[in-house]
Amino acid sequence: MEIVGKTNIDFLGLRRVAFIGSTLMVLLGLIASVQIARGQANLGIDFVGGTSVQVLFERPVDLGEVRRVLAAGGFADSELQQFVGGRRLFIRMKASGESVAGTGAKIKETLTQGFSDNPFILESSNEVGPVIGRELQVAALWAIVISLLGIVTYIAWRFEFRFGIAATVATFHDVLVVLGIFFLMGKEITLLIVTALLTLAGYSLTDTVVVFDRIRENFRARRRGSLAEIINASINEVLSRTIMTSLTTLLAIFAIFLLGGEVLRDFSLALLFGIVVGTYSSVFVASAIVYEWRVRGRRPGVRAKRQAQSLH
Amino acid sequence: MKRHLTWRAGLVAAAALLSFVYIIPSIPGFAPLPGWWRYVRPLIFAPPPEPISLGLDLQGGMHLVLEVDTDKAVEIVVERRVAEIRRAVEREGIAVETLERRGTNQIFLEVKGERALGQLEQILGNYPEMARSQRGATGLLLTQSAREVAAIQERAVEQNVEKLRNRVDEFGVREPLIQREGDRRIIIQLPGIKDPERAIKLIGKTALLEFKLVDEQHSLEEALAGEVPEGSEILYQNTLDPQGRVVQRFAFLLEKKTLLTGDVITSARARPSDPASDFEVSLQFDREGAKIFEEITRKNVRRRLAIVLDGNIYSAPVINEPIAGGQAQITGRFTPEEARDLAIILRAGALPAPVEVIANLTVGPLLGQDSIRAGLQASILAGVLVILVMAVYYRLAGLIADMALFLNLVMMLGVLAGIQATLTLPGIAGIALTVGLAVDSNVLIFERIREELKVGKTARSAIDSGYSKAWVTIIDSHITALITAMALFLFGSGPVRGFAVTLGLGVLINLFTATVGTKVVFDWLILRGMKRISI
Repeated sequence: MEIVGKTNIDFLGLRRVAFIGSTLMVLLGLIASVQIARGQANLGIDFVGGTSVQVLFERPVDLGEVRRVLAAGGFADSELQQFVGGRRLFIRMKASGESVAGTGAKIKETLTQGFSDNPFILESSNEVGPVIGRELQVAALWAIVISLLGIVTYIAWRFEFRFGIAATVATFHDVLVVLGIFFLMGKEITLLIVTALLTLAGYSLTDTVVVFDRIRENFRARRRGSLAEIINASINEVLSRTIMTSLTTLLAIFAIFLLGGEVLRDFSLALLFGIVVGTYSSVFVASAIVYEWRVRGRRPGVRAKRQAQSLH
Repeated sequence: MKRHLTWRAGLVAAAALLSFVYIIPSIPGFAPLPGWWRYVRPLIFAPPPEPISLGLDLQGGMHLVLEVDTDKAVEIVVERRVAEIRRAVEREGIAVETLERRGTNQIFLEVKGERALGQLEQILGNYPEMARSQRGATGLLLTQSAREVAAIQERAVEQNVEKLRNRVDEFGVREPLIQREGDRRIIIQLPGIKDPERAIKLIGKTALLEFKLVDEQHSLEEALAGEVPEGSEILYQNTLDPQGRVVQRFAFLLEKKTLLTGDVITSARARPSDPASDFEVSLQFDREGAKIFEEITRKNVRRRLAIVLDGNIYSAPVINEPIAGGQAQITGRFTPEEARDLAIILRAGALPAPVEVIANLTVGPLLGQDSIRAGLQASILAGVLVILVMAVYYRLAGLIADMALFLNLVMMLGVLAGIQATLTLPGIAGIALTVGLAVDSNVLIFERIREELKVGKTARSAIDSGYSKAWVTIIDSHITALITAMALFLFGSGPVRGFAVTLGLGVLINLFTATVGTKVVFDWLILRGMKRISI
């Protein structure tokens, strides 16, 4: 069985449209990054410190009522989320001072008194001191820097310099686009979301590497024809692999999104977006950059040939 | 080719078998390991098989990060030195103007008349680690060396770990983890704990027990108005309601000097108090402590002796007669549970330095089970979907890839159990994600084989060149994924680390199953005379 069979799509012909769309999305991602750096974005309590409590009531509760009870108990600025037909309640409060110890117990106490006729169990509580939050921010930043640096170094070593740069741009593109989408949706940026972003960086790169490998191979092994024809042919040749892998990975993540529970929902959502964007970018961003760069270089034909020989 | 095939097939079979052995203990209802395993294990240097260890987010429990106030530990030591020096100068009859702690690690000493300065020489000779510098004609500033300060801080953290371990052990938690992290942090994990609030009370309390006399020479009212006499302090006795909220506060004026501390306690027990509505904690002192206690009570009959725990007065009974035998009670309207916990922490002893809880993750057991179920269902659905897609799209070859996928999962669980890595909820997500990614290598290979077949190659040579051509790409993609997993492992914490572990393992194992594993099957089919591939 074959889904796409032999194709001959002019991917590079679509690059200008793709560049415009990508630039807009990346700008959005950059805005999100700036807002995060300024502390204006919805950063999770694991990064800024605070308390989150998850309780399961016996009967559904009214959100307004919960808000009133919490406000009376001195927790006015808490964010609430409801699941499982209004029985499960997720309360989140950012740290106001340096100490968060005991906040969870106090919230539980407040709820016990406010809903004495509707018993609940405390499913989980998480108190993160602002000190730890700042440390996690630094650690997350390091994880991003180290993994991107490691990947770029590897690609630069395995391929020629321009491929390395193009792959890196495509990877940043994907991370920024998904970050931008999450920012726009007002999603909380937690440690797990950062993990998802790094994972999709790895995934998107794999996709790019597969396309680049084929482009390099085609440069080396054959062929007559223009640069655009070779790149287009390469993308078309690996297209069925690209689609198959994206499909299986999407299915697996969709299963997590569907059944994995609330903890993993946003995490898998980020990965879902990431795979779509990653597949798109390996074709339209990474390959297009390599093409543009080569075409704009001096005497492209000769250069392409010489470099093709020195590639491996 | 045949010889190589046997060798590779053996390798795959051994990997599968070994992994399965390690999974056995994790299967609910624990099937015992086969008897021969006892003899084989030492031969292959395998660690003893244990169930896969679950993260706190899956089994429920408590994860605490404590920060030790090491400055306070230094202050306490310096304060103790001050007390020692004071006793010594009193014994020698040296006239001292001031003797007090300055800052964290300094002592300021001023004597009356320069002649007295010389008399100090012998006493201060006992403290070679304190640097002396003259302040004016009659003053001395003693400073602890930086090395000594570091040693005190180090010791404080070590001792805190020790004391906390004692407390937790007595509290009765299965497989607790108490571990030092960095310079001044302690990590405590209490899996499956039922009453987290009680655990926090038990762990977070410094439990510094002090006996101090009530200052009855001066007026409490004047002290409360702001004129606290020198050498005295105001402390409170709090009356709590059953929810632990303060309903009443009684102020006491106490003499600052601590007569006896909890160091001398040899045993502490909870028992019903006399009108048996509440519980109290009875203490037994060691011989030295008993002697001091008897002396205190003999010298101060008719005065009130306050029992102070962490700066709160529990009771301040009147001493009716000298008490010999070294026994005392702490009364304070305790519930049986509170009395029991107080007895535990008094037996384990005070923390040399106070701790602050800077992070506390508590997961209830029900949520943990929910998460395991959700994770399992997600993984199974992911597996079924991927297996179906592969089988439909690549037919027999797809089924072979599915077998490799299954082997991948078995090996993943086996390795997780073997290296005793901790499985977390994001870790399960990592496994499900690996399911999706795992087939990528085979997709790459199969697409190559299809291409080779299209140019008219035979099954055998199409398979061989398909594998070898796809190899470069597979290596490239696996290494980039590994780099990500490593960065996540190095900088991630807790659950994220669990994700990094399963992602990294998945990538490594996949390299083996998708290349060696599936190739063995293809080669075997070719050897059996297969001429056409169903792909």
